[in-house]
Amino acid sequence: MLLNQFLLLSAFLFCTGIYGVLVRKHAVLVLMSIELMLAAVNINLVAFGAFRNNAIGQVFALFVLTIAAAEVGVGLAIVLLIYRNLNSANLDDVETLKG
Amino acid sequence: MIAQNVAFGIIAAAMVLGALGVVRTKNVVHAALYLVVVLAGGAAQFILLGQEFVAWVQVLVYIGAVIVLFLFGIMLTRAPMHPTESLDNSLRWPGLVVSLFLAGVLSTLLVDAYHADKVEPSEPIRTATVTKSVFTVYIIPFEVVGVLLLGALIGAVVLARKD
Repeated sequence: MLLNQFLLLSAFLFCTGIYGVLVRKHAVLVLMSIELMLAAVNINLVAFGAFRNNAIGQVFALFVLTIAAAEVGVGLAIVLLIYRNLNSANLDDVETLKG
Repeated sequence: MIAQNVAFGIIAAAMVLGALGVVRTKNVVHAALYLVVVLAGGAAQFILLGQEFVAWVQVLVYIGAVIVLFLFGIMLTRAPMHPTESLDNSLRWPGLVVSLFLAGVLSTLLVDAYHADKVEPSEPIRTATVTKSVFTVYIIPFEVVGVLLLGALIGAVVLARKD
């Protein structure tokens, strides 16, 4: 297998995630797009680990997984808070800082 | 080798369709289910690369826990369960331009830099190798990540508490 096929797949997933972060309106969907980008980075790390034939890629992928789980927990708590205060999880409604 | 490439192609096609589903679907719950397809495909790619520990951790943590959290979030914010037209904002074309530009830059760079490199996993990396690496060389990051998880736990409880 070529190394590039994994890297290109990962690049595609990352760009899809960026599109989702920019375009989606619902806060939970934005968090899902961020998860998509983190999963893409994991594929990159593991592919390079297999390419170098060692376990370092897996170790870093495990760290990324842990931090992604923590991020989702805190992120969903913030989304709940936004929903409780504004009665909507729509990111276009969060405009208190707009002059 | 050919069998591996065929498997890669099938899984990659499923992942691409799933990723497009996450950012295109008009139903919030369907987006979470498409994300399951992408993450399960990622785990399958890890097994294809002979890195099985992180594959099963991905299944346990992402598909088992994170997706459930997302479904809870969808429920608690009373997201529209029926298909709606209003899940995208007005940035659709700028977003498309940005992501296509980045995709072009990244793929040109990757094709230029790694066009000849092959990955041939001869035998799977054993879990013992991974854990030896985690608990010797990377012990300090491991402990720091533990503290970070504790901080995230307390932070999520403090934020979501009704007072």
